[in-house]
Amino acid sequence: MSPSRLRNLTILTALVLGAGFALVFFYAPLEREGFVQKIFYLHVPLAIVALAGFIVAAIHAIRHLRSGDPVHDYRAYVSIHMSVIFGVAVLVTGAIWAKAQWGVWWEWREPTLVSFLIVFLLYCTYYPLRFAIPDRERQARYASVFAITAGAFVPLNFLAVRLAESFIHPRTFSSAGGLPGEMMFTFLVCLAGVALLWTTLVAFELAAKRTRADLGRLRRALAEGAAA
Amino acid sequence: MPALPLDEAGKYVAAAYVAFAVLLLVYVGIMAARLGRLQREIAELANRAERRENGAGEPPAPELEKRSIGERIAP
Repeated sequence: MSPSRLRNLTILTALVLGAGFALVFFYAPLEREGFVQKIFYLHVPLAIVALAGFIVAAIHAIRHLRSGDPVHDYRAYVSIHMSVIFGVAVLVTGAIWAKAQWGVWWEWREPTLVSFLIVFLLYCTYYPLRFAIPDRERQARYASVFAITAGAFVPLNFLAVRLAESFIHPRTFSSAGGLPGEMMFTFLVCLAGVALLWTTLVAFELAAKRTRADLGRLRRALAEGAAA
Repeated sequence: MPALPLDEAGKYVAAAYVAFAVLLLVYVGIMAARLGRLQREIAELANRAERRENGAGEPPAPELEKRSIGERIAP
């Protein structure tokens, strides 16, 4: 992505996210849960985007295995990296919401919470797996296989949680009637903002990785030139 | 479960949004540190290339424009 496009994407992200948070506090109505429900507009988009990011990583991993192009491996790696960071934000904001709403930071009997933690911990093992392999090509291949396997686990896990009986965590959008119009609009703007934030940070990470790779090539070329 | 009063709920809502902002700032800080390192490495490589272009003689003092921002603002 060119620097100008990256700058435009950053500005768009700031605008949409800012608008989303403004809607949360000045437009979205309060519901029966009260003011604490405002965490919903941050926590749920973060969770959706983090899980979608794992799927994006799996798609890049498939493209890497099919083409052998290391660019797709980088994209898969950065997507997982960003989704793990978003996963930390999901766990932190979720724990704060749980404490406010249920009086506990964590509830082990709730399948939604535990399943997200399992997915998060699964992806945390991606790093040691990847960096335990010194050979670059093998590392990329094994990492892609991991990303595909774990990526397939994400929708299965989501489905299993939907089928399981809820303990205390609400099933978003499953209740009759769904969200009222103003709340749904606010939620969608926040979701777009968080998705744009994920995309922007991934683009920045990829640009940094590309620059580092170019720098390495330049360093090698200079060293070879000096030796000749 | 009854809704928390605003003064009680406000603390939790603020904590959630601040936690998100802090996480984002930490990440941006790490990115900035990495960018600074890249700039230093690029400046070092540029100096090396210049020295090679100028032959085996004493390397010339770097011109202000050719130095990185980090070098220019460093004390």
